[in-house]
Amino acid sequence: MAGILLVEDDPSVRTGLELALSRQGHTVTSYDNGEDALAHIRSRRPEIAVLDVMLPGIDGVEVCRRIRRMDQLPVILLTARGDDLDVVVGLEAGADDYVVKPVEPRVLDARIRAVLRRVESAASDRVTFGDLVVDRGALKVSLAGREIHLTPTELRLLLELVRHPGQVLNRRYLLRAVWDHTHVADSRLVDACVQRIRAKIEKVPAEPEFIHTVRGFGYRFSPP
Amino acid sequence: MHTGLRGRLVIAFTLIAVSASALVAVIGYELVKRRVIDRTEQVAVGDVRDIIEGIKVPVGARWPGDGPPADTQIAALQRSLRARNGRVVVRYENYVYPDGDFGMGDVPADLVTASARKTMTARRAVQGRMWLVIATPVWRIEPIGIARPTGMSVFAFVPLTEEERLLDDLRRPLAAAGAVMLVIALAVALVSARRVLLPVRRLGSAARALGAGRLNTRLPVHGQDELAQLTATFNDTAAALEHSVSELRSLEAMSRRFVADVSHELRTPLTAMTAVADMLSEEADRLPTEPAAAVRLVLREIKRLRTLVEQLIETSRFDSGTATLNTESVGVADVIDDCLEIRGWSDRVEVDVPRALAFSADPRRLDVILANLVGNALRHGAPPVVVTARRVPGGLEVKVRDHGPGIPPADLPHVFNRFYKASGGDGSGLGLSIARANVELHGGTVSARAQDPGVLFTVWLPGR
Repeated sequence: MAGILLVEDDPSVRTGLELALSRQGHTVTSYDNGEDALAHIRSRRPEIAVLDVMLPGIDGVEVCRRIRRMDQLPVILLTARGDDLDVVVGLEAGADDYVVKPVEPRVLDARIRAVLRRVESAASDRVTFGDLVVDRGALKVSLAGREIHLTPTELRLLLELVRHPGQVLNRRYLLRAVWDHTHVADSRLVDACVQRIRAKIEKVPAEPEFIHTVRGFGYRFSPP
Repeated sequence: MHTGLRGRLVIAFTLIAVSASALVAVIGYELVKRRVIDRTEQVAVGDVRDIIEGIKVPVGARWPGDGPPADTQIAALQRSLRARNGRVVVRYENYVYPDGDFGMGDVPADLVTASARKTMTARRAVQGRMWLVIATPVWRIEPIGIARPTGMSVFAFVPLTEEERLLDDLRRPLAAAGAVMLVIALAVALVSARRVLLPVRRLGSAARALGAGRLNTRLPVHGQDELAQLTATFNDTAAALEHSVSELRSLEAMSRRFVADVSHELRTPLTAMTAVADMLSEEADRLPTEPAAAVRLVLREIKRLRTLVEQLIETSRFDSGTATLNTESVGVADVIDDCLEIRGWSDRVEVDVPRALAFSADPRRLDVILANLVGNALRHGAPPVVVTARRVPGGLEVKVRDHGPGIPPADLPHVFNRFYKASGGDGSGLGLSIARANVELHGGTVSARAQDPGVLFTVWLPGR
């Protein structure tokens, strides 16, 4: 199905995940440290990276941050704890989603597929909000004429918000629409993703013009 | 009746002081009284004897059978015998010569009898005053020197007014001294009770502080007395207690850290096993019966081990105090629906929650609480399992009810304890304790109550 870059230092876990993901139909390339993975990322051209957070040398979060610097490659983090600071830091570093160890292969596969899910492109649908142009046909976003690079997850979230201008969407709805999540609503995923989009499209991310926070409820896209 | 140490000390002290001073006063008073009375008596008796011996009138020389003396002679005798303000009653055979308002009726009976032979004295209150009564027979000295009774008796009444006044004057300062003594005794008793009780009270509050967990409580030791020794013993005991408690604590912390470390270490192999578990489960269908059963057993135990390790990690997180609360406004119905849906319980549980019910809580912890309570109800109870939630004053109330055989009343208070297991339960015994820890992290309470049939778990979370 997809080309997966797996970084995991424990040989048994690495082998286990390789076996399981291959069986789900994915092509897996695995590394036991972040440096090697980063060195081969250009030549391998994977479609998604699955990174263990605890790695010798540079950790998973740092690997994620470096991937983001050059690429919009989707990233899923493998973390030891769901309520860890790792998760927040990882999401801020640009990770699209995370799973908690020990993860069932079915769950990991579902997440991978959700993150890679293609956005249904509408035929030549182009909307303009001031400087912001969202091309729903070409799946491209530009701000004042310059193209904005969004990860697939960020793009899906932005399109979801743009589809309901002026309407408040709660986090649970967004999690289901964007991440396909039916697990415990982790609003941190939404919050971190909104922060990342704001950093890319807002002039002053702390005083957003496009995506507004509705306290205690969710987010609203209302163009200036 | 409750008399404190203070009361008892004051009472004892006062009693001792008062009885000692009373004893001294009474002895002194009695000594003085006896000396005064004795002297008066000696003087009076001497006077009476001298006068009677000096009598030359015919009275003194009468023989038995002689006629009675003339009234004038008696009057003269009375006059010479009469002390100041005194009275003299004379009797001669059947004749009585009273003196003023005093007659034979005023003479004590024993003196009347004795007066025939010898001189006797007595103190009597007559007509409201104290008198010294001297009864004596009148003798006649015969020429050959033998004394013979004349049949005449003299009863002289000497007033004791002076002596009474003297003793009265003595009594008054003695009573005043007693009163002063009482006041001093009370004051000294109160002060010394305070001196004794202050360290006792200080020891008491120190012991309470120790009991409340302030193990570094120590008291200053003053002096060498028993209380100082007691205080020193208290300090030694507190120090020993502090030492052993800190030892226990460090041991406990070590064992907790060990559990946490072991759980984390177990997670890595479990992750690897979990990764290939699905694959094995699919292959098991193609295996012969016995190996297939073996594979399924391994898979089942991997799952159980995973739950146990996750719960141990969760528990050790609460123990180490690293569990944090991330509250946000959550739709209670949504959290319940999601919780049941991911675990595949939606069809087995009845939910009665208002859709619009929103509450400020940590959604992941709320999910853990629900999952443990509902999981417990499904495992140990019987359908229908009902989950209800409603807003109550000051918070949120969530109830999970099953209709199973229930929990024995004796076990009910312990269901939230770690490793408590219902009979025949295959759970880890940590689920309900984790639920409670999560509830308490919110500042709430959780309780289990027996129903007919089943058990009702009630969670209360404070907030809006």
